[in-house]
Amino acid sequence: MNKGWGTAFALFLAAAVAEASAGSWRDDFASVVLLRDYNTRLVIISTALLGVAGGLAGSFLLLRKRSLMGDALSHATLPGIVLAFIVAVHFTGAGRSFAVLVTGAAVTGILGCVVVLLIRGLTRVKDDAAMGIVLSVFYGAGVVLLSIVQHMPEAGTAGLESFLYGKTASMVLTDFYLVSGAAVVALFASLALFKEFRLLCFDEDYARSMGWPTHALDVLMLLLVTLVTVVGLQAVGVVLIIAFLIIPAASARMWTSRFGWMLAIAAGFGGASGWLGSGLSALTPGLPAGAVIVLTAAALFVMSLLAGPDRGIVARTVRAHLLKRRIERQHLLRGIYEVLEEDGPAPQMAGEGTSMVTWEALECKRSWTPGELRRIVRRAYRRGLVETMGRAGVRLTDAGAREAARVTRNHRLWEIYLVEYADIAPSHVDRDADAVEHILGADLIRRLEATLTRAERPAADGVPASPHPIR
Amino acid sequence: MRGAVAMESGRKGAGRGGLPEEHSPRSPLSVHDLTVAYHRKPVIWDIDLEIPEGKLVGIVGPNGAGKSTLIKACLELVPRSSGEVRIFGEPYRVQRKLVGYVPQRESVDWDFPVSVLDVVAMGTYGRLGWLRPVNRRCKGLAMEALEKVGLADYAQRQISQLSGGQQQRVFLARALAQDARVYFMDEPFAAVDAATERAIVGILHELKRRGRTCLVVHHDLATVEEYFDWLVMLNMRVVASGPTAEVFTAENLRKTYGGKLTLLSEAAAAVSKEAGEAE
Repeated sequence: MNKGWGTAFALFLAAAVAEASAGSWRDDFASVVLLRDYNTRLVIISTALLGVAGGLAGSFLLLRKRSLMGDALSHATLPGIVLAFIVAVHFTGAGRSFAVLVTGAAVTGILGCVVVLLIRGLTRVKDDAAMGIVLSVFYGAGVVLLSIVQHMPEAGTAGLESFLYGKTASMVLTDFYLVSGAAVVALFASLALFKEFRLLCFDEDYARSMGWPTHALDVLMLLLVTLVTVVGLQAVGVVLIIAFLIIPAASARMWTSRFGWMLAIAAGFGGASGWLGSGLSALTPGLPAGAVIVLTAAALFVMSLLAGPDRGIVARTVRAHLLKRRIERQHLLRGIYEVLEEDGPAPQMAGEGTSMVTWEALECKRSWTPGELRRIVRRAYRRGLVETMGRAGVRLTDAGAREAARVTRNHRLWEIYLVEYADIAPSHVDRDADAVEHILGADLIRRLEATLTRAERPAADGVPASPHPIR
Repeated sequence: MRGAVAMESGRKGAGRGGLPEEHSPRSPLSVHDLTVAYHRKPVIWDIDLEIPEGKLVGIVGPNGAGKSTLIKACLELVPRSSGEVRIFGEPYRVQRKLVGYVPQRESVDWDFPVSVLDVVAMGTYGRLGWLRPVNRRCKGLAMEALEKVGLADYAQRQISQLSGGQQQRVFLARALAQDARVYFMDEPFAAVDAATERAIVGILHELKRRGRTCLVVHHDLATVEEYFDWLVMLNMRVVASGPTAEVFTAENLRKTYGGKLTLLSEAAAAVSKEAGEAE
């Protein structure tokens, strides 16, 4: 199933790219995205790699329920960047070395996490509050430092603001090596520690009871996130990098319920949003890369939210709709069965269907309006369960009669169970059984039959009498 | 009956007053003077226990008696304020491989994206060690454990699709896959269906037959005598510990559940208040 959807998604992307290759702006876009353009090629490759690493690290963060920690970390990098810049300018005269800035970012980023842990350990301030405090205070300090730097005479056009919202255009070849190298390291670390991280995320106490150093693993995970965050700052920016980590992971969760698949899909989504987002922003110089990348990721998220096979809104709506139809159908069949039962001792099930039931009699069974009833009957007719006899009424086909007997039997078995074992008054069981019987599986029915004693149990296929008077 | 209790408290007295007690290497769990506090409020006080090997041990006591805390403190999952715990005569961190833990079902997020088999295979991670991926052998062991708890057909399901009782059995299977010598189980019978309860009891007996020791936090007094041959009655401190037939008495029950501990909990509250003011 996952593979099917994955293929569909790949086809969709290919179609989108092919569609985009018509027209002149589209020509540019296509040449950028398909890496034909030399100037942007490296930027796009490194951002895509970063997206892959971000998807992996973000999945761990999300499943460890540490999303906010990642946010605190990324915001806490800002003062580090600016401080590193000041130090570099002071000692070497040139501040804009990516490696130096990244180091500064990592130092204060980790410091921010340490402060969160200290607040949590030493005071009774709760987790989320501690992270909120660290996030905003460190970021505030960064903004203050930034405005000081901009007034330093030797700073000139520092361009440090690009770290706020991300700017891929300023990347040079060494940056490319740094970003790609870090992304590849993160990728391999995620694969190597797959088992350990899965255990840690799922059940920390159990992991610790088996002797896994959970604190060390947490630190490793945080270092992984730090690595991706700091090298991603230039492309995506301090403010938005957390979205780059979390959104692909959250999207991937909509498509699968397997840890491995979730990582793979998150990596794919992260890579795709890095690829497309940096491509789009490369074409439009004024557009901050980070914002475009995050919006691309968000578009994929919305798509996943709608189309996810299990948790997607469309799938869930369809399932709910189908269940409603099934319930209506089963109510109709049981209604007909009960009307027939009133007429004779047991409905005639052999031969060419059953005798006819009038529309009026059926309308009385449930609070159906004539219009509703006709729609339900029409749908049952299409399934070959009933036949209409014009204005006179409806009757069950052979298949319909069998199905009606089965449905009624399940309903009554459940009712008897409720009366006998759950001490529910016979006058109430009809409604209670109504809520459950439609979702009773074959397995549960077998267990019901086994539970009900011989006296209560109907013959193999027989339908027991109702334990309460039928309306 | 009362003699056993008197002996128990007498032994405790001797242990505290005299030389430190020897931790028997034959005892799967021996606890000495264990005290645990959350936010400086004591949860369990001065616990002394000596559990013989091969017993099914029930740990009973009212809500807030510190049953889970006792287990977690033994497994070093919560910090101890004082005291010592020995597993077969050695500290827990040396003996980890001999211990299987079945946490409370509510302790994890069952919406987590893993299959039933994935969870049970986690029991074999300790044997695998660092960085080695889960292999066929691990999955085989996990499958065997799943068969023992009657969930082999559910191996590929996502864990959120299971009922509460089935989830509990998954946790049990994970501990079985570990093949430990002493098992700590935190409320395995809490809110489970009859089928699961029978399955768990069957497994407990199977473990006992193979000489394993199981410590089980339990809340249903009606089944205590039927399920356990050794009983620890706990209410912040050990009220009684011994063969079920001897210690499961009206007198001990009254002491455990009678709410006669107002003084102890008031003292605890006073301690924590003072600690709060000192902060």
